Amino acid sequence: MGKTMIEKILAKASGRAEVSVGEIVFAKPHMILSHDNSAAILKTFEKMGGKKVWDPERVFIALDHEVPPPDSKKADNHKAIRKFVADNGIKAFYDCGAGICHQVLPEHGHVIPGVVIYGSDSHTTTHGALAAAGIAIGRTETASVWALGETWLRVPESIKIVLEGKLARNVEAKDVILYLIGRLTAEGANYKSIEFHGSAVRGIDVGGRMTLCNMSAEAGCKCAMVPFDERTKKYLAEAGAPKYEALDPDPDAVYEKVYTYDVSTISPMVAKPHNVDNVSPVSELPDLPIDVALLGTCTNGRIEDLEAAARILDGKKIAKGVRLLVYPASRKVLDEAFKRGTARILLNAGAQIGIPACGPCLGAYGGVLATGERAVSTANRNFKGRMGTKEGTEIYLASPVTVAASALAGRIVPAE
Amino acid sequence: MPIEGRVWILDDDDINTDVIYPGKYTYEMLSNEDMAKHALEDYDPGFAKTAQKGDMIVAGRNFGCGSSREQAVSTIQFAGVVAVIAASFSRLYYRNAINQALYCIECPEASAFARANKTALHHTNVKLDPEMGTLRIGDKEFSFKPLAGQAAEIFKAGGLAAYTKSKLATR
Ligand code: SF4
Repeated sequence: MGKTMIEKILAKASGRAEVSVGEIVFAKPHMILSHDNSAAILKTFEKMGGKKVWDPERVFIALDHEVPPPDSKKADNHKAIRKFVADNGIKAFYDCGAGICHQVLPEHGHVIPGVVIYGSDSHTTTHGALAAAGIAIGRTETASVWALGETWLRVPESIKIVLEGKLARNVEAKDVILYLIGRLTAEGANYKSIEFHGSAVRGIDVGGRMTLCNMSAEAGCKCAMVPFDERTKKYLAEAGAPKYEALDPDPDAVYEKVYTYDVSTISPMVAKPHNVDNVSPVSELPDLPIDVALLGTCTNGRIEDLEAAARILDGKKIAKGVRLLVYPASRKVLDEAFKRGTARILLNAGAQIGIPACGPCLGAYGGVLATGERAVSTANRNFKGRMGTKEGTEIYLASPVTVAASALAGRIVPAE
Repeated sequence: MPIEGRVWILDDDDINTDVIYPGKYTYEMLSNEDMAKHALEDYDPGFAKTAQKGDMIVAGRNFGCGSSREQAVSTIQFAGVVAVIAASFSRLYYRNAINQALYCIECPEASAFARANKTALHHTNVKLDPEMGTLRIGDKEFSFKPLAGQAAEIFKAGGLAAYTKSKLATR
């Protein structure tokens, strides 16, 4: 019987010839990711009796969630993490300003196809864009992996999503995944592995695939992957990734469900408050004035996202009273935005450009909402209070072009 | 080792983490005793008051769906529950349960039987042998796939934190 991507990857990561759905295996990661939460994890690690991490080459830490630190407690956390990193000789450490963990990890060649990436962050699914199984685990488990170098996993069922057709103008990967989550619902892929197939996926670049895999987490999946192809290969070469072996699904692999969609019928989409699966076309929204437009996050803070927004904003000014916050996903993205002139266009249009990091996505700093305000954002979650304030706030999730067009109009509108 | 305990039959599917342990308590640092007081609060407010050590729960499909909060496992443990038998579990709940050494027994037949005979069987004693994979409810015997390999070892150690600690000590 044929094997799915996740069955092959977990067999390899657990040193077995083959594994099947439902089995529990102990899988070793290629890398394990954490961020500012490393401060809490390292305390658990020490309580467990951990002295040194099992392999300093495989531990990745990026500071991104509270960057630059908004108060002394967060600054102290960073200090404790830096000390831990130095004591353990952890090489893949990216200090404040390098960018968001999910962007920095692949960008610096730490993700390769055919492996398991653990992450103490729910959007670890992002790394499936490079045909790796990015699997989120808890903080206690992360501490345990730091100590032992492995943790257990149940081999999940797989869902195959086949996307065919050509995207319409001003429709992006973000609109596709919003549309899919609307269909699948927030628990539609609970603990399953998603594989994205079809001509439309082949036509989407690695950046857009990261958007797809990143937001798949909102359908409850354990991991989401796009099989290896020429686009993956090119990205890996540019990122300076080490040697790898891609693991393709067998043609006769067994899927729990197969869904096929024609993406050419998808129009610009939004997720309305306060659930990610509360999805509708932008064109069906009532008149919704906005206070904040956020362009950034691990979902849509890449250079292609900034460029897509700049294309809409070029030579124009954002509406009076709107704050357009731009948080490039990494220092490399910001660097590119300078080189290509994208940053200049955004700045001229009236954007505030921040330090590469999570920004107000998690509502901890960097432009949280005031009471009663409404935001349109390229992020991945719109739960009540996610951007820092519960009372009367609303978050609409949309693509970079929709966010840019909305910033110009001062209300949520699709790009023309 | 077989264990025996009183059973609560919760005749519903999709009993979610919010009714097991309401979200409003998740960011409060409560003691174990105080956490126990809120077990299943929004499902059956009487549960926490009358639950006793060694109790078991039988439920329907997708038990523990919703958020990843680890407290949804610990709260019923602190209330005395040692095992949940269900037709199926949310995968995250199942994972948290193994890491915290709460028996989660997937057995659709036992779940259906207990729910069908709820009035007669509620609060009777059931016998569970997690290692052998057998379960006795009323006069009926059921079998299920017992935990194997390292997942069973995590269990034996009393959870993931203790497991890691003992593993490290032997290195
Ligand atoms: S950008 Fe937002 S979703 Fe992404 S890692 Fe940061 S806080 Fe999480």
